[in-house]
Amino acid sequence: MSEPLLQIDGLCKTFHVAKSASGNTRLKALDGISLTVGRGETLGLVGESGCGKSTLARTLMMLETPDAGTVTFEGTNPFGLRGKELLNWRRRVQMVFQDPFASLNARMSAGDIIAEPWATHRSLYPSSREREARVRELLEMVGLRPTDARKSPQEFSGGQRQRIGIARALALNPDVIILDEPVSALDLSVQAQVLNLLNDLQQELGVSYIFISHDLTVVRHVADRVAVMYLGRIIETGDTEEVFDHPRHPYTAALMSASPRLDVTGAKRDRIVLQGELPSPLDPPSGCRFRTRCWKAQDICAEVAPEPRVATAADGTLHLAECHFPLESVRGLTGATAAAG
Amino acid sequence: MKTAAQTVLTGQSRARDVVLSVRDLAVDIRTHRGTVRAVNGVGFEARAGETLALLGESGCGKSMTAKALAGIMDPVCDLAGGEIVLNGTDLAALTPKERLKFAGPELGIVFQDALTALNPVYPVGTQLGEAFRIHRGLSAKEAKAEAIELMKRVGIPEPESRVNSYPHQFSGGMRQRILIAMAVALNPRLLIADEPTTALDVTVQAQIMQLLRKLREEGQMAVVLITHDLAVVAEEADTVAVMYAGNVVESGPVSEVFNDPRHPYTKGLLESVPVHVERGAHLKSIAGSPPELHDIPSGCVYQSRCPLAQDICRAERPRLLPVNGSVAVVKSGAENDADNGLGADADLGGGDPAGNYAGTRPPRPGRVAACHFSKESNNV
Repeated sequence: MSEPLLQIDGLCKTFHVAKSASGNTRLKALDGISLTVGRGETLGLVGESGCGKSTLARTLMMLETPDAGTVTFEGTNPFGLRGKELLNWRRRVQMVFQDPFASLNARMSAGDIIAEPWATHRSLYPSSREREARVRELLEMVGLRPTDARKSPQEFSGGQRQRIGIARALALNPDVIILDEPVSALDLSVQAQVLNLLNDLQQELGVSYIFISHDLTVVRHVADRVAVMYLGRIIETGDTEEVFDHPRHPYTAALMSASPRLDVTGAKRDRIVLQGELPSPLDPPSGCRFRTRCWKAQDICAEVAPEPRVATAADGTLHLAECHFPLESVRGLTGATAAAG
Repeated sequence: MKTAAQTVLTGQSRARDVVLSVRDLAVDIRTHRGTVRAVNGVGFEARAGETLALLGESGCGKSMTAKALAGIMDPVCDLAGGEIVLNGTDLAALTPKERLKFAGPELGIVFQDALTALNPVYPVGTQLGEAFRIHRGLSAKEAKAEAIELMKRVGIPEPESRVNSYPHQFSGGMRQRILIAMAVALNPRLLIADEPTTALDVTVQAQIMQLLRKLREEGQMAVVLITHDLAVVAEEADTVAVMYAGNVVESGPVSEVFNDPRHPYTKGLLESVPVHVERGAHLKSIAGSPPELHDIPSGCVYQSRCPLAQDICRAERPRLLPVNGSVAVVKSGAENDADNGLGADADLGGGDPAGNYAGTRPPRPGRVAACHFSKESNNV
């Protein structure tokens, strides 16, 4: 793995909410999240709605303050920064939002939208001439025409709008871009264009992505490593191929099995259809959070929360799963390379 | 009524009753910029116990088609022509009042967004029982008992106590189940499901699809599944009609259309999905975006994005015509059939298409594409 740029350790975030059915008012959205993101790497973050993906993204954007745990970005804790240093840190982590129709101000031109971050970060491009030149450059980088700067968002299609959102995120030359479901609002034919663009930009600029998505096919295509979230915890993480081909956590296996596949060979596959839905994060199950929907759950799962275990990855990369009874091999793979990593 | 069922499907000799037959359906929308045609000559058949998928991207007219079938179009939309034959009755020829009798007993519809489709101020039991009160004349008490039965049928736990709950007290997946229960309450012959799982998480989506399959089998319903998700089509549907800019551009059995697409748009869509592509490798994508409804070109609707487009595509709109299947594809499901690089001048429309080239099969029933170059489109 490339050198870690961003390291997250034991991150917790609790929200205080109005009373739930059980009288609980504390919602643990993040419950001890640990992750690393390398330079120029794409980390895929998957999980169902309500699992805490967006809270994690917001915390990394410093829109939320964590209750516990640390974030280390190139050796410094951004939550300890003030003033100019904080401003500089904010410049380096940017975000692209899911809905390109809601995330662009309809009253601003595309050029103004892209240039707006420089109103805060004035030193970056001090003269208006520089700013205009940079807007044109950014528009070309994302596959739009320089003359598009004068148009308003309504004049663009969904895919073009998302390109504007990407250009805005790039305007501050960030090191990390958090992509929160960047293609799920787009039509398939346009989705491929935007995925290609993101890939090209990463090659060119060496920027790291945290790619949040519920679409496993897309994550498999873009991510170097993948982290699977369930009720505020990362329950499995590892190299994308490793996790997809040899999922160790039953939830990961179920998630993959549930997602429909474009396979028309006619071969019927055995699908794991989970019963029930995500429990409320207000009243998470005791012990292992997944036990209420897990077909492998036993008594110990209700009593003891599983610690992350190192699963054996064929190529020696780190593969962690939080399960008392990790799966050996779901798809009955032949090459059981159980050699210790 | 076995006559319509004699058509042979997908090589298997299983023939099922045609429940719904749509021909030349056209829908106009009146806008401040003039009238536009959102659905243009769409036709397909749905059979009992089978799922037909209407596949297309946003704005292609698939939801408009669904609304036209159900007779619930927006006031600015007009049915501009065509037939919607459901069990022998042409719904398009009926008055709105006459059509009401069909909504429920003959035809049910499931919408995408269950929270907006359910009425927030009535308990779900009241809404579930409505069909029984209106169509069967049951009392409120009897209807409630039926509602509880329905909730059991669609897998809602503790129906006796939850029948009095309001929609907001249910999770997204449960709301979708309630919506499905409403649609199948009177055991309709046809179920239209308009993006029934798009708003749901994948694990819940799998549950809902399982439920729809179960209900389809139990009631031998014909299901029209409207979706933009190719993988859902591959897993759930028997036949597929691919829509683009208000037109069906290709249709046929799913396995054949997806293994051997004969319209460049279908092929482009299939290639846009990042499967069987090396991680991070460049995806093939379709350049540009669909035409505005105000601005549909004469000639082929797909011409502006098509890698095969030639003069004839700009001059003449291709009709949906039977396409030849190639033997190579049947053998291996391979992407390209090398032995199919045949003369471009052979006109599919004229004469006997089967005689045009060797090594291919005669046109199969129900396998059609609207492309001047449908023979070449798999070799793009």
